Amino acid sequence: MKRFLTATSWSPYLVGAGIGILSWFAFLTADHPLGITTAFEHTAALTEKAVAPAFAEANNYFEKESPKIGWEWMLVIGVFIGAFISSKASGDRNAPAVPPLWQNRFGSSKGKRYAAAFVGGALMLFGARMAQGCTSGHGISGTLQLAVSSWLFTAIFFGTGIVTAFVLYGRKETSNV
Amino acid sequence: MFDPIWKLALGLFTGILFGLLLQKGRVAKYQVILGQFLFKDWTVVKIMGTAVVVGAVGIYALLPTDAVSLHLKPLAWGGIILGGLCFGIGMAVLGYCPGTGVAACGEGRKDAVAGVIGMLFGAGIYVAAYPPLKAFIEQFGNEGKITLHEITDTNPWLWIIGLIIAAAVAIILSKKNWHSPISVEGFKDRKATG
Repeated sequence: MKRFLTATSWSPYLVGAGIGILSWFAFLTADHPLGITTAFEHTAALTEKAVAPAFAEANNYFEKESPKIGWEWMLVIGVFIGAFISSKASGDRNAPAVPPLWQNRFGSSKGKRYAAAFVGGALMLFGARMAQGCTSGHGISGTLQLAVSSWLFTAIFFGTGIVTAFVLYGRKETSNV
Repeated sequence: MFDPIWKLALGLFTGILFGLLLQKGRVAKYQVILGQFLFKDWTVVKIMGTAVVVGAVGIYALLPTDAVSLHLKPLAWGGIILGGLCFGIGMAVLGYCPGTGVAACGEGRKDAVAGVIGMLFGAGIYVAAYPPLKAFIEQFGNEGKITLHEITDTNPWLWIIGLIIAAAVAIILSKKNWHSPISVEGFKDRKATG
């Protein structure tokens, strides 16, 4: 068991099966699919309500949704803790601030990498909330329920991700990685 | 504003297991996510594919017992298509998805922290722009919460068995090249094996 935890990586099939079984557990115990981005939306909404109550008052978001610190919010905190424990146990924690792949293409500037990460993260989350799900909520939880919306979303984001990655790195560059 | 404490604890427990699996699966890494989009590393597809097949079998087997109920997202054309486009571009630029981005923060990746702050910012824009955005999305129509077997008037198990066969064929075809990946930064060490 100890060696199991201290291993740097597990077979992707084992991890995939684990996530599949974890989704049974989530449906059975919390009546909830695994998903990440609702918690981000609720955090933003609660912050907006606290910081700009007059602005929030005029927003019909708060009539349709009831943001809260709930199961999904704790799920996100748990993901952070779980990855922390896992990486501590294996020592897999020495990643540089600028990923080598990025550095080879765009240079070693931390500011540039952080700015791109910030913009990419903002655009990604905005898209996830427009579609009501992410890689977890649509890509895994939705597709396993055979939802048409989730299969379509997954096909579109994967296709767009592939095109964007090739625009960023180009054909020539990928032959070097 | 708060769920009951048992539900919060359950969420935390489920999340810890999820984070552990994502980290051990090596998907909380920039080069693995980009590697998938560039067709250099198939870890993401292997994990997602296995999770979907295993998950679907369990959920649809449990469904007749009423122990579980489905939670489908509606097919709102505008939201799914425009959201998918934004999501794909953003994910390729960031190099993490929402769940793996949070896991990457747990793994100590500083660029993922910048990404997660950006994610909160993006969520803020969505909430602030909600009234006009929702009206814009709704004009493209909404098919409601529909499944693949409903729109084709077929049995869900037909689709699940199809998925199992597709996964089995994919594994057999890739078996020749399959090897346990070693944890490396960048692809350098794996160049020879491609």
